[in-house]
Amino acid sequence: MREPAAGAGALVLDRVRLALAGKLLMDLSLAVPPGEVVTVMGPSGAGKSALLAYLCGTLPGEFEATGTVTLAGRRLDGLPPERRRVGILFQDDLLFPHLSVAGNLAFALPASVRGRAERRARVEAALAEADLAGFGGRDPATLSGGQRARVSLMRVILSEPEALLLDEPFSKLDVELRERFRRFVFEEVRARRLPALMVTHDPADAVAAGGPVVRVGQQGG
Amino acid sequence: MPFRLAPVLTLAVLLLPVAAGLAGVLLPAFGHWPVLGRSGGSLDAWRELAATPGLTRSTLISLWVGLATTALSLAVVIVVTAVFQGTRAFAVLRRLIAPLLAAPHVALAIGLAFVLAPSGLVLRLLSPWATGYTRPPDLLTVNDPWGFSLIAGLALKETAFLFLMTLAALPQADAARTLTVARTLGYGRVTGWIRTVWPRVYPQIRLPVVAVLAYGTSVVDVALVLGPTSPPPLAVAVLRWASDPDLATRFKASAGAVLQVLVVAVAIALWLGGEAVVRDRARTAGARGARTTWEGAGRLLAWGAAGVIALTLGLALASLVLWSFAESWRFPQLLPAALTSARWIEGTMSAAAVLGVSASIAAIATGLALALVLGCLENEVRTGRTPGRRVTGLLYLPLIVPQVAFLTGLEVVFLPLGLDGGWAAVVLAHLVFVLPYVFLSLADPWRAYDERYRTTALCLGASPLAALVKVRLPMLMRPVLTAAAIGFSVSIDLYLPTLVVGAGRFPTITTEAVALASGGDRRIIGVHALLQALLPFLAFAAAIGVPLLVFRHRRGLRDA
Repeated sequence: MREPAAGAGALVLDRVRLALAGKLLMDLSLAVPPGEVVTVMGPSGAGKSALLAYLCGTLPGEFEATGTVTLAGRRLDGLPPERRRVGILFQDDLLFPHLSVAGNLAFALPASVRGRAERRARVEAALAEADLAGFGGRDPATLSGGQRARVSLMRVILSEPEALLLDEPFSKLDVELRERFRRFVFEEVRARRLPALMVTHDPADAVAAGGPVVRVGQQGG
Repeated sequence: MPFRLAPVLTLAVLLLPVAAGLAGVLLPAFGHWPVLGRSGGSLDAWRELAATPGLTRSTLISLWVGLATTALSLAVVIVVTAVFQGTRAFAVLRRLIAPLLAAPHVALAIGLAFVLAPSGLVLRLLSPWATGYTRPPDLLTVNDPWGFSLIAGLALKETAFLFLMTLAALPQADAARTLTVARTLGYGRVTGWIRTVWPRVYPQIRLPVVAVLAYGTSVVDVALVLGPTSPPPLAVAVLRWASDPDLATRFKASAGAVLQVLVVAVAIALWLGGEAVVRDRARTAGARGARTTWEGAGRLLAWGAAGVIALTLGLALASLVLWSFAESWRFPQLLPAALTSARWIEGTMSAAAVLGVSASIAAIATGLALALVLGCLENEVRTGRTPGRRVTGLLYLPLIVPQVAFLTGLEVVFLPLGLDGGWAAVVLAHLVFVLPYVFLSLADPWRAYDERYRTTALCLGASPLAALVKVRLPMLMRPVLTAAAIGFSVSIDLYLPTLVVGAGRFPTITTEAVALASGGDRRIIGVHALLQALLPFLAFAAAIGVPLLVFRHRRGLRDA
């Protein structure tokens, strides 16, 4: 299941301006090619998370935003989040605690994947890919931090996104785990040719991503 | 968009009945009630009211009961929280408060009456060895003319309510750290708490305190069980006039209802004035820097209050149970000479129908309240706007405007519309009181929910409705069911809305218990009071049990 996602294309931000209470936070134009990770760095309060919320379509009302965002040629701004096909990973895994591991993964599978057997097969395959074969029936709360992080990545992947947003997804993992999970995420991004935009504080993340680094917000922030 | 309609509907449910009800007493109070053949203005009703014997005393009793209940409950809450916060006993108290909150006012009042009555458990414990009584003495220990038993009955319940409100306010007052700072500055735990934490807690619970004050000043059901009788508190008198078969007395009732609103307003003004005085004196006292003023007295009072409350509740429950199973129980025997389950069989059979009425009114009102509240809260999520403190304050309006005033007025408005005495009108009247509690109990856990779960669900392709139904609601099942159980118990507890708006046509377990309490067979009363208390307990048991069962394999939700 490693063929490039259909319609893979670049995530393009054109003059995206975010402001809070009249104060301009950023004015950003960039293109993220498929399979590449662009890192956005900046002090806290610079609007990094707001940028990701804007790309998801969940920007809180107190922000003002202008500019255009296209993904593989599709206009994203104005679309509701569930129709953007933009996946996001936060620093917490945010696995739904009321669902089993398989339930979490099945939640993400699009309705277009039909048939109980087919859906189950997709979930099983995702578990196997994350080295978690046989974990489907488990309560997410009984998994280790690394296992949970991998499930949350597979959950995003199963929703068949066309772009991936990473909101400091490695910052809460301990050092050894962080490196392994980082490698796992970036491999998936490259293999599936997803354009990925990562927000982070950690310069090591940017180095590992290997892509261009964009700085937002002036010093002191 | 139904979610956008929810806040409008909610405000309509809260405000319209209160406004219409107040108009429905104001107009007749000044002689305008076309249905009864009077229009234009006159002050006859007021003249008649003023000429009522005992009116001044009724009014003063109402004021006194309201202020004393509030001061007593608040004082207990302050010393208990100051002394026990952060100790192991506090966790126990937190847990013990739940059954007290669930217990209906009326059942509690009946239990207390059984304890305090001349033939009650207290005197049985002391007789004849200490008191010399071999027959119940002729003393007004219940229904005493200045309402001490009424104040005790109200304070039991209101202390639990204010304690719960204080618990909710403590985290926002940053209580633990504030107290640490005070203690490192050399203040004793109790004095430090009262000087530094309490001033930050009080503004947050001022509205609930005012609601308690308004309730105590205008209470009817508990007053019918424990209150003075000649003359009764004003609200009881108003209810009596409003249900007088002589329709002319209704004008006096309306004037009395308006007077009741004024009495509540005066009580609130007096309270706020007293508040300012206390604040001033506390500031001067605080500036003196005394560090251990309250340590000894505070501990004594807190342990004393907690002990008295626990003992009273234990005795009340024991009295109800003993009476309900008593065959014969002569004074001064401590225990019944013979037990029988006959009253239970008899009582349950005769109460089955009213239990059904109570449960169905409560279930429908709670369902409607939950739908409106969930609609409002989801609308907040979708619009990204949370209503300000003022709008939230409106939730307290039906809890502060005296029930007896706007409910009797509601009858005046419903009558020409053909809405009076109907099933729908009763449910609507219950909804007015259920809604605020459901909202207040669900809003905090709802707003504390990590919105990134919603974002995650949406970005995984789920619709906003699916993010609500499949993710948020299951994750919030426990607070949602708790809010429902609270709403259900509030409805079970309601006396006046059922009686007045239902024109007496929908006897519930509560109206039956109150009717029986004035002079029925104690054994049957005991059965009814316990059955009344049973319904909310079942609701809370379900609210705790269902999530445990459904999520028994989900550790992440168990201790959340």
